[in-house]
Amino acid sequence: MLIIKNLKAEIDGKAILKGISLEVKAGEIHAIMGPNGSGKSTLAAVLAGREFVNVTEGSVTYFGKNLLEMPAEERSKEGIFLGFQYPIEIPGVSMVNFMKTAVNEHRKYKGLEPLSASDFLKLMREKKELVEIDSKLANRSVNEGFSGGEKKKNEIFQMAMLEPKLAILDETDSGLDIDALRIVANGVNKLKRPDTSAIVITHYQRLLDYIIPDVVHVLYDGRIVKTSGRELALEIEEKGYDWIKKEVDKKDLS
Amino acid sequence: MPAWANLKIPAIDYQDIIFYAAPKQKASYDNIDDIDPELKKTFDKLGIPLEEQKHLSGVAVDAVMDSVSVKTTFRETLAESGIIFCSFSDAVKEYPDLVRRYMGTVVPYTDNFFASLNSAVFSDGSFCYIPKGVRCPMELSTYFRINSANTGQFERTLLVADEEAYVSYLEGCTAPMRDENQLHAAIVEIIAENNAEVKYSTVQNWYPGDKDGKGGIFNFVTKRGLCRGENSKISWTQIETGSAITWKYPSCILRGDNSTGEFYSVAVTNHYQQADTGTKMIHIGKNTKSTIVSKGISAGHGQNSYRGLVKVLKNATGARNFSQCDSLLLGNQCGAHTFPYIEVDNQTAIVEHEATTSKIGEDQIFYCNQRGISTQDAIGLIVNGYAREVINKLPMEFAVEAQKLLQISLEGSVG
Ligand SMILES: Nc1ncnc2c1ncn2[C@@H]1O[C@H](COP(=O)(O)OP(=O)(O)OP(=O)(O)O)[C@@H](O)[C@H]1O
Ligand SMILES: [Mg+2]
Repeated sequence: MLIIKNLKAEIDGKAILKGISLEVKAGEIHAIMGPNGSGKSTLAAVLAGREFVNVTEGSVTYFGKNLLEMPAEERSKEGIFLGFQYPIEIPGVSMVNFMKTAVNEHRKYKGLEPLSASDFLKLMREKKELVEIDSKLANRSVNEGFSGGEKKKNEIFQMAMLEPKLAILDETDSGLDIDALRIVANGVNKLKRPDTSAIVITHYQRLLDYIIPDVVHVLYDGRIVKTSGRELALEIEEKGYDWIKKEVDKKDLS
Repeated sequence: MPAWANLKIPAIDYQDIIFYAAPKQKASYDNIDDIDPELKKTFDKLGIPLEEQKHLSGVAVDAVMDSVSVKTTFRETLAESGIIFCSFSDAVKEYPDLVRRYMGTVVPYTDNFFASLNSAVFSDGSFCYIPKGVRCPMELSTYFRINSANTGQFERTLLVADEEAYVSYLEGCTAPMRDENQLHAAIVEIIAENNAEVKYSTVQNWYPGDKDGKGGIFNFVTKRGLCRGENSKISWTQIETGSAITWKYPSCILRGDNSTGEFYSVAVTNHYQQADTGTKMIHIGKNTKSTIVSKGISAGHGQNSYRGLVKVLKNATGARNFSQCDSLLLGNQCGAHTFPYIEVDNQTAIVEHEATTSKIGEDQIFYCNQRGISTQDAIGLIVNGYAREVINKLPMEFAVEAQKLLQISLEGSVG
């Protein structure tokens, strides 16, 4: 589904991603962990098509197509969804209007008619229930005045509406209370189909109790320095990153 | 020429302007098909279905092209309830007493430079009189188009709502692209007697000039309403997307006790457009109320100023005003300015003023992109969300059009 090869990228001339290779197959869940500032969100930004990140080397293919050449909105319509680490507020634009525009753009791309108002509201209701989002939130402006946790749940709700093939969730678990965490994780699991994949960026092993990853990667200083099974997350929870950093730095020296 | 506005106005050669131009085929327009195809196209573009309206939308239209009123629809139907809706030139001939009684009572010919100019040279416009106790059964609207080159347009609108009367009135404006600037100096006067209500909406889409600031209409307009009677109400709604330079302040003189004035405005300046617009609310009567909601949108090198006066006179006990002035910026080279003036001579008055400035961020646009919404649609969504409060004041059939117009006028302004 997604093949990243030797991806290097910089922001304002500063190298952030320093050669990342990663392959995500249909149906897989990949977890990405790593210390603050290691480049996890930057990787997500590159995949979603953020322009201020400048790709200098490497390639990204998505279902055989060169992803880096696709405009951001097309990537969305091709099934890539990014759950933002910091969801953006858009005052004055109602969630209903926002989602209706998004859903109908996706439908248009697939050659489908736009949904009627009543069908759309029905879809919204279904998905709201699925992710247990408060009905009132959906009547407000996009993320405006939402609490941190509400914003994260709203990301999952949007994911449910758009049914992506590849969901990239950037710390969707941060700032959630334990119930919300379960709701978000359940949402992800319910939406998971055998042919869809997810990249889950997180700092906490507890999310991975709910969303079971096939692989765990550790990103450090713009590189994937360790890839292993689920147990890696537990190890990190226990021991932190120091031992991995040491391993890496030792290798760099030799 | 007034120099206090926050505008850079190039010198205007008044000798060079044609002050009267009649459309070439000024024939009889009994049949709607006889209307100038250009004019028809304009109406179609603006969603004003001149052809179908007889059956569908129930909007009566007076069309003014250059200096002459070319077509008024529904005159007979309206006449049945005593409503007069006709061109100004017909009104002068057929209802000279009414015209004499009201014309110039709200905007005297000495009011300002452009009002004087208009008073001296105006040739036509629209006239409307709603008699006592009549609620006008349909939207009335005037469509203005400047067509000929080198022509100035100097029309007048006079709108009188007698006691207990109600009318909702809409004007739309367009002009073709031309390299030179053209002057539009109009006057609108509204009079509302006891318990009368007038809603006056404008969708202004005069040619704004090209993206380098070449050409475009100078829109120097004096609009004022007089709430002469008790409990009367005048409400201005304007969507200003066109014109190279806009200089206009639709105002309300709240003379009748308990009268109400409202001003709802969205003004867009893109490329090199400039706008200095706002309102005056003059509280004279007791317990008079006014509301001002102004939403400026600047993009490109556009400069957008809100200028408003809230004046409460000595005897205006219990006067209330609420003003909200918001500015939205797209990009880094545009400007937004706010010049609120408040003069209060009565201790009991309550005057509130709120103002905000915000910017459409790249983050917001990217967030929309990531959900599959193009940058252009994202801007439309955000701008229409921002302007919703004002757009909602427009009659339904024009609200949709206004939304599209906002989006079109900001095309290419980000990204
Ligand atoms: N817009 C930006 N401008 C300048 N530098 C940036 C920008 N975005 C990220 N960076 C820098 O890139 C590096 C990687 O940031 P990134 O957000 O990808 O880290 P992260 O792994 O997601 O961290 P966290 O766990 O704290 O979310 C950091 O040093 C950060 O300061
Ligand atoms: Mg991050």
